[in-house]
Amino acid sequence: MERLLWWTSVLSVVLIVMVLTALRRAHIRVEYSVTWLIAGVALFALSRSETALGWIASALGLGYAPTVLVLVAGFILVVMFFWTCVVISRLRDDNIALAQRVAILEFHLNRVKSLGDSTAGLNR
Amino acid sequence: MADNRELIIIIPAFNEEAAIVGVIQGIQQAMPGVPILVLDDSSKDGTVALARAAGAEVVTLPHHLGLGGLVQTGYKLAFSLGYQYVIRVDGDGQHDPEDIPTIYQQLRTSGAEMVIGCRTNTEDGWKTSIVRRMGILFFRAVLRPILGRPVHDPTSGFVGVNRAALQVFAGSFPLEYPEIEALVVLQRRKFRFEEVPVRMHPRRTGRSSITAYKSLYYIAHVLLGVFVNILKYEGRTAGQKPRK
Repeated sequence: MERLLWWTSVLSVVLIVMVLTALRRAHIRVEYSVTWLIAGVALFALSRSETALGWIASALGLGYAPTVLVLVAGFILVVMFFWTCVVISRLRDDNIALAQRVAILEFHLNRVKSLGDSTAGLNR
Repeated sequence: MADNRELIIIIPAFNEEAAIVGVIQGIQQAMPGVPILVLDDSSKDGTVALARAAGAEVVTLPHHLGLGGLVQTGYKLAFSLGYQYVIRVDGDGQHDPEDIPTIYQQLRTSGAEMVIGCRTNTEDGWKTSIVRRMGILFFRAVLRPILGRPVHDPTSGFVGVNRAALQVFAGSFPLEYPEIEALVVLQRRKFRFEEVPVRMHPRRTGRSSITAYKSLYYIAHVLLGVFVNILKYEGRTAGQKPRK
């Protein structure tokens, strides 16, 4: 169990460093990084505190304390995946509305242009 | 585009260079003087140039959106230009332009917000794959209790709408596989629809976007869309009474 918790700590630190690096390079926006940072810190704290891990395990009725880490990690992944889908849906809606607006504006612009061209032709 | 803001024909098209000119010419013969607007879903072929050369106006999307987003673009534009009626004719040549006057007449006289060109009511029947026919039968059964009346051809894309429906669709239109969900969207507003028999021709080119492989996804997607639209039920809002 000790080795598993040690590995979990290392992976948590890797996750936190990854998120901070991505933030510094502007590869992820702050609002989308917060949950990942909280997840990394929570996993690190749980893997470093056998007391807390044991307490949560007994509260959940789990015989093997490290299972809590798997549950927490799994829950975080599901929530983050769902949140990603929500964000993608919003982006897609915005993208569709924007594409439609561009198309309609371009249509009007072409009409104005052709009107201008025909007027110019008449004035020659 | 003429300034007669009564009726406009919209033609959603994606890579339809083999069929688009025939469709436009057919409409020009059936409905002389009526503006024709081709909605191009970012085609890679000569659809846009051919449509313009044939005398239609073209709206080109900056990138591919799919049928719902494409048709809604036409509805938004038609609504903003002040048109009273919009009839959608597919760009693949399956719809017979000779039926447009029938749909238009029904739109003007029935007071229904939407008129559907029903492909099953024709005398010689409409030939389609068994899978698709089963899908239509399935959705007819699903929609009957929701709409409170039978609908014979819920997947038909040959439809006309009046300005009240146009206003609704300009604001909210299903983006994928829109035909069935659009009926439920109208039902939420207690709008009415009518069906008129129309003829169908074999597709002049290309293949249907709904392949056998996609059929299950189609059914699940549309069922979910219908369910979500029922949950959104909001009744008729003020100022949207059906015209008698």
